[in-house]
Amino acid sequence: MNLLHIAWRNMQQRGLATILTMFSMTLGVSLVVLVLSLSWIITESFDRNSNVGYHMIVGAKGGSLQLALNTVFYLSEPIEVIPYEEYLELMPGAEARPNEIKKIGGLVADPERKGLFCEYTNGGFAIPVCLGDYFGPFRVVGTTPAFFTSLRFGPASDQEYQFQSGRNMLDYSEENGYFEAVLGAQVARQQGKKVGDKIKTTHGDPEGEGHGQEFTVVGILAPTGTPNDRAAFINLEGFYLIEDHARAFEDKSNPDAEKESVGRNETVQPPRLPLEKRDLTAVLVKAGDPIFAVSMQRPINKRLRVQAVSPVDEITKMLGMFITPVRAAFLALTVVVCIVSAISILVSIYNSMNERKRDIAVMRALGARRDVVVLVVLLESLLIAIGGGVAGWFIGHGIGVAYSGTIQRNTGITVGFFNTMTVYEFWLVPGLMLLATLAGVIPAFVAYRTNVSQNLGS
Amino acid sequence: MLDIKHLTKSFSLPDRTRLPILDIPSFSIATGEQVVLIGESGGGKTTLLHCIAGIMAPDKGSIKIEGIELAKLSEAGRDRVRAAKLGYVFQTFNLLHGFSALENVRLGMTFAHGKHDLKRAAELLDKVGLGNRLHHRPAALSVGQQQRVAVARALANRPKLLLADEPTANIDPANQQLIIDLIRDCCRDEAISLLLVTHSLQVAEQFDRVEKLDQINQVHADC
Repeated sequence: MNLLHIAWRNMQQRGLATILTMFSMTLGVSLVVLVLSLSWIITESFDRNSNVGYHMIVGAKGGSLQLALNTVFYLSEPIEVIPYEEYLELMPGAEARPNEIKKIGGLVADPERKGLFCEYTNGGFAIPVCLGDYFGPFRVVGTTPAFFTSLRFGPASDQEYQFQSGRNMLDYSEENGYFEAVLGAQVARQQGKKVGDKIKTTHGDPEGEGHGQEFTVVGILAPTGTPNDRAAFINLEGFYLIEDHARAFEDKSNPDAEKESVGRNETVQPPRLPLEKRDLTAVLVKAGDPIFAVSMQRPINKRLRVQAVSPVDEITKMLGMFITPVRAAFLALTVVVCIVSAISILVSIYNSMNERKRDIAVMRALGARRDVVVLVVLLESLLIAIGGGVAGWFIGHGIGVAYSGTIQRNTGITVGFFNTMTVYEFWLVPGLMLLATLAGVIPAFVAYRTNVSQNLGS
Repeated sequence: MLDIKHLTKSFSLPDRTRLPILDIPSFSIATGEQVVLIGESGGGKTTLLHCIAGIMAPDKGSIKIEGIELAKLSEAGRDRVRAAKLGYVFQTFNLLHGFSALENVRLGMTFAHGKHDLKRAAELLDKVGLGNRLHHRPAALSVGQQQRVAVARALANRPKLLLADEPTANIDPANQQLIIDLIRDCCRDEAISLLLVTHSLQVAEQFDRVEKLDQINQVHADC
């Protein structure tokens, strides 16, 4: 019979107290694991979103954080709009601007020249987005099909958007004209929409006035774990054709420029909203080379109406402002939980010491040295710590796995048994178990000091 | 085997004076000898056994067990001597209630040398008539059976000296003789010296050597 066996028997003898103490330890560890998992999910969610897949957002001058929040996370309201001509300057390739002008038609200055920043974006992309409408509680994003073909997402910005059903919207289709929509996974689920359904948007806020224009859902995105799961995407051309979305003709782009009217050379498709009536919320820009992103930012910011902000910088700033303190609070909470669990073990074993003094005295009378009885008491707290710790670890991760479906639907993040483990867990859970074991030191000291002669007859 | 010289022991009182309990000029037991010690309650019999067992330090004097001077040993050293050379049967049995009869017997072995002589533990329990109760816990045993387990436990490490502190005091008369016979027979079989403390003259009469504490203890002799 070894000391571990003796410790185990002592624990069995105090069965209920042992189980309750172990349960307290289990709760403590599972709470620590859950808090750390939650912290991981939040961080992972922001990490995923910080890799937005483009270098900069070009939008109206104003608060840079608001522009990033609005464009990346669809939070807050758009600051202001920018003229469509700004997007023309950013389109990649020398032919892109004149071609787009010919395709749309309207009043524009110098229609034949190339875009000012087309060399920078050549090899990259510029994707226009228009915000302001809602579908239920979700933001509506007016954009082009390039949003899903050029943009990538994920930690390495290398994952292509997949459709769980349907297809990407088209710039124009015979069947639906300019009025096609793609729904994020969460939007489709919560609004109960499927491919082929019609949706209508509301203006300004979720409770706002409804637009009469219907869009046909042609695709539903697979979950991405990005804010795009919570957005409804409609064709930019369709967005412009919604009532009240056209700018009343008032040339804000560049009053000094001499403008000329360009007629549309396309006769097959129905007319689009002319250039002078188009505004945008922002343009998502990926430069042909990351170094260009830095060099083009300055000249863009010198322009009258627009600014270029780096979403990564803004998100990192936001992480520093909000997420880091939240994570610190979580960690502080786990430390408190650790201490409470350790104290519960201390109290449980310490309270048992009075009734165990006779047993300790008997062991000593049988030849057990003081350090042996100390070891037995420490082994008891170690067994409680290991038992409670392992059970708590499994329960904590088990709860995460049990709710993985809900978490994935809401955040797109897959929660498995092991993938939520962080470096903190490698320290905190064994640390908690060590702390719980050390909680046995005080009772062990009582055991050490037990007077054999006095307690033998009691 | 056991040699005591000029042993004194006193306890401090709340008024900071000291109450003398033991003052034994000389006392010894030969190897294999069986001695019964009788005396009144509060006379210091248990204190003497605790001093011999090394779980209580005397004020002065010498206690030698097989020539080993206890006073010269550290506490851990005394623990080792107690585990290896002494067996102790308590008046109140002092079995550990969370352990089975077999585990109680093996407990002493664990502390003595760490070896788990399961065969000897089972044989001892068989010898005391509990071969069919090896895995019963103390609560499932009668009082007499519990004391028999305690006897088996005291013998587990093949001690050189067995100290028995009123082993029949809490046992019904029918079982008292059984326990005394058991202790004496076991000690005889394994050439173990025995120092048995009792109140019972009926028990004392069975021993060749009967010592009265008030005769060997100067504290009471002076009173």
